[in-house]
Amino acid sequence: MAEPRLIEISPVTRVEGHGKVTIHLDAEGQVDEARLHIVEFRGFERFIRGRLLWEVPVIVQRLCGICPVSHHLAAAKAMDQIVGVDELPPTAEKMRRLMHYGQVMQSHVLHFFHLAAPDLLFGFGAPADRRNIFEVLRQEPELGRRAILMRKFGQEIIEATAGKKVHGTGAIPGGINRNLSLETRDGFLARIDEMQDWALDAVALARDYTMSHATLVDSFAAFPSSYMSLVRGGDGALDLYHGNLRALDASGSTIFDQLDYTRYMDVLVEDVRPWSYMKFPYIRDIGAQTGWYRVGPLARMNTVGFIDTPLANAARTELLAGDGEGLNHAILGNHWARMVEVLHCVEKIRELLHDPDLQGTDLKATGERRQSGIGVIEAPRGNLIHHYEVDENDQVTYCNLIVSTTHNNEGLNRAVRDVAVKQLSGQAQITEGMLNHIEVAIRAYDPCLSCATHALGQMPLQVELYDAGGGLLDARNTSG
Amino acid sequence: MLLIGYGNPGRGDDGLGQALAARIEAACLPGVQVLADYQLTVDHAPPVAAADRVVFADALMKSDAPFEFDPVTARDTGDLTSHSLRPGAVLSLAETLFGATPRAWVLGITGTGFGEVKEGLSPDALGNLDRAEGFIRKWIVNTA
Repeated sequence: MAEPRLIEISPVTRVEGHGKVTIHLDAEGQVDEARLHIVEFRGFERFIRGRLLWEVPVIVQRLCGICPVSHHLAAAKAMDQIVGVDELPPTAEKMRRLMHYGQVMQSHVLHFFHLAAPDLLFGFGAPADRRNIFEVLRQEPELGRRAILMRKFGQEIIEATAGKKVHGTGAIPGGINRNLSLETRDGFLARIDEMQDWALDAVALARDYTMSHATLVDSFAAFPSSYMSLVRGGDGALDLYHGNLRALDASGSTIFDQLDYTRYMDVLVEDVRPWSYMKFPYIRDIGAQTGWYRVGPLARMNTVGFIDTPLANAARTELLAGDGEGLNHAILGNHWARMVEVLHCVEKIRELLHDPDLQGTDLKATGERRQSGIGVIEAPRGNLIHHYEVDENDQVTYCNLIVSTTHNNEGLNRAVRDVAVKQLSGQAQITEGMLNHIEVAIRAYDPCLSCATHALGQMPLQVELYDAGGGLLDARNTSG
Repeated sequence: MLLIGYGNPGRGDDGLGQALAARIEAACLPGVQVLADYQLTVDHAPPVAAADRVVFADALMKSDAPFEFDPVTARDTGDLTSHSLRPGAVLSLAETLFGATPRAWVLGITGTGFGEVKEGLSPDALGNLDRAEGFIRKWIVNTA
């Protein structure tokens, strides 16, 4: 009888942060256990204590170099509450929204074209030296050029609204510190038609890939789950900046709806497991075993009632059409969902650019000081919660963050196990292509392990293979 | 000519690249465009493609010299494993996407304090920054 084995993939590549996958094979070569481990810890929630409230929206961006705007805005929304502001001046809210749509657009474009495209174009098991962005660019240079220019457009929106492309200062407690000049607005408007055309092409590309690989998409780490996101207050439309919480179970039935997000602790619990620095949230009423849920672009497509921009709404309808009345549970559908959201962002950016409120001068509101504040936003990777308490000296005394990748922790681990069982069980030899299938499943979530563990840096992934006695049989470090 | 200074000023001496960029920008040298960022990304391919010469200024770890200045060429070997790129990869993108092949160099400025989450350069790093700034300003003038 053969010895049981353990496979370890470390670091995972084309994701952000550091992660490790371990796979235990039993004596018959069947997958016994597969886990995604988060191996870094920084303790940002401790680090932020003692900081002054007005600093927080700027400092929290240190969590992340790739979607700092999400942290900037979630923290600013929390600080709005602390300074007693429940409603921003229209110019402030619209400038923040413009910033956020630019952020989501550029983040999704980078992930789809530069991080996921090598797998989608060349196949999950293609030789490793082909699965990179440079090979994509050699074969599809126009695609690569568009991706860079779309991302550049989103980055420039961020710069115009936040002051800088990375770690800007635009959102302040109670408002915004700038408006948009007509000259800058006209510069964006001159390019918006092109952006919309390219976004439509990107949706078509993702749709065609999904439909032409239907068997793969429907079986690759596709399993039912609950989903949660913000939805717009009242009508339940997609709203990436603000709204109330909605959670649906795998059949589409409501778990909770239009819940004020300041009550998130009433419905969510963060569980801890000894082998990972990343927590495991679940829905309190359902319990730790089955109360896990997923967030992100595909989750949003499932939870919202509709999208309030016509082109993206039509694209969402098509995305969900194959699933009848049910939800879409195929994680590879996230790529299509991201492109639908890019199109939505472009439509919303156009709408905002035509709004004269962006040139308004009433930038900040004031109110009666409060002790605590909670800000929630739909970041590119999913729901993001910032929760602070501040003392009478304006210093932070408490901070709790639940980032998108943490919400998705259980889903990520189940995806790893699902693919490991299908790819590795009973195989006499473990190939690099097989292991990449596991990374593809992780990448579909576009996880930011840096944010999830509140650690700085890149996130290469490591995979290790162990025997039943705990001996390391094989390891792969994919940091390049 | 384009100078890109990059690194994280929130991690001590990792901010050396951005610190040099700030000094060169403040000097308003004719014909010199300056960019500062946290990391190199695909976004830098278009400005790199538009330049005839590019200097990538970054913090350098574990060197006995105050700074090092070496040519760099386009290459793919720095795979896009995350969201950040190496200088050779940015040059490769500029060549592949825009057909541009600017001459390029990496200016690595030696730092000593990278571990803590804090802003500000160490005394050693500040001294090395002074020497690197002096060198690159002469180099810009002499090679214009």
